[in-house]
Amino acid sequence: MSTPHPIIQELEAQSPARDFPEFRVGDTVRVHVRIVEGQRERVQVFEGVVIRRRRGGNRGSFTVRKVSYSVGVERTFPFFSPRVEKIEVGSRGRVRRNRLYYLRQRTGKAARIRARIVREKKKA
Amino acid sequence: MLHRMGLLGKKVGMMQDFDEKGDWFTYTVITVGPCVVLDIKTKERDGYTALKLGFDDQKPHRVNRPDMGVFAKADTTPKRYVREIRLSAEECVQFEVGQTLTPDQVFRPGDTIDVTGTSKGKGFQGVMKRYHFRGTRATHGSHEYFRHGGSIGCRLTPGRVYKGRKMPGQMGNKRVTMQNIAISKVLADKNLVLVNGGIPGSAEGYVMLHHAAKRLVPAFKLIQPKQATETAEPAAE
Repeated sequence: MSTPHPIIQELEAQSPARDFPEFRVGDTVRVHVRIVEGQRERVQVFEGVVIRRRRGGNRGSFTVRKVSYSVGVERTFPFFSPRVEKIEVGSRGRVRRNRLYYLRQRTGKAARIRARIVREKKKA
Repeated sequence: MLHRMGLLGKKVGMMQDFDEKGDWFTYTVITVGPCVVLDIKTKERDGYTALKLGFDDQKPHRVNRPDMGVFAKADTTPKRYVREIRLSAEECVQFEVGQTLTPDQVFRPGDTIDVTGTSKGKGFQGVMKRYHFRGTRATHGSHEYFRHGGSIGCRLTPGRVYKGRKMPGQMGNKRVTMQNIAISKVLADKNLVLVNGGIPGSAEGYVMLHHAAKRLVPAFKLIQPKQATETAEPAAE
């Protein structure tokens, strides 16, 4: 995609900042999603592996995959969606590519992701 | 003649955002104005009444001498995009030559407008792309006849092809008006107008914004943003 016009970039930058923890493709996250049912509103948690992150101003999104009752479920969330209440990062995963579409072909043990050990940076 | 106030602008591009419910919506960003009133056409002199507006600076050496005279009268720099807005004589009174108009003087959020621009050129196209004809069958022995339009008429009666027959030809790069577009925001400090959905043409293309022809609109009055709010508040008390 071509770079947006400077005015567009400026307007996009005005979207309210979201305070999400840093996560990468391969990490397991818990996404708290606001769901409106008629009059009521409740928060549902969608937990799974991040298989894709897309950048681009306020248009960025990420896709989370989980296997629910042996059915693969993927949900894509825009970073700036007001429906996304909170993101919690679970285990970090070590992966060698940016888009984990190969997980769709795999089940069970083959679909595991190696853990990524995060060292504390503050070691003076 | 239909009188609808309008302004000239330039398409910047499109954006997305979320509404209160969290659904995506798409809108187009347009730089509108500042437009300079270059001339006011009068019944006596010109036979009709209108505002002549100019938008976006042009290099002086690209403007011919008669046009230079117009810009000199309005005491402004040469303009690239010059169009007339037909208004009634009563509406024209509130303007003066040389005056600069900004979008917040003409448009409010929620207004319904028509946007006129030049659509993206698609070149010489066949009937399938141009008019969504279905073409002909690809199998059962079809030979060198797949994307044609088929028959274009009858035989001796009427002995000619009816006018308006849809055939291949130039597609796009044509004046197009999108009617009844809602304004979602007017950003006065940046001279930007955000409208819902798309508008004709590519980014950087010139467009004309009018109050909607198909809506009943009272005679146009300039909006004076700051003074209007000041006078409105004491009146309410």
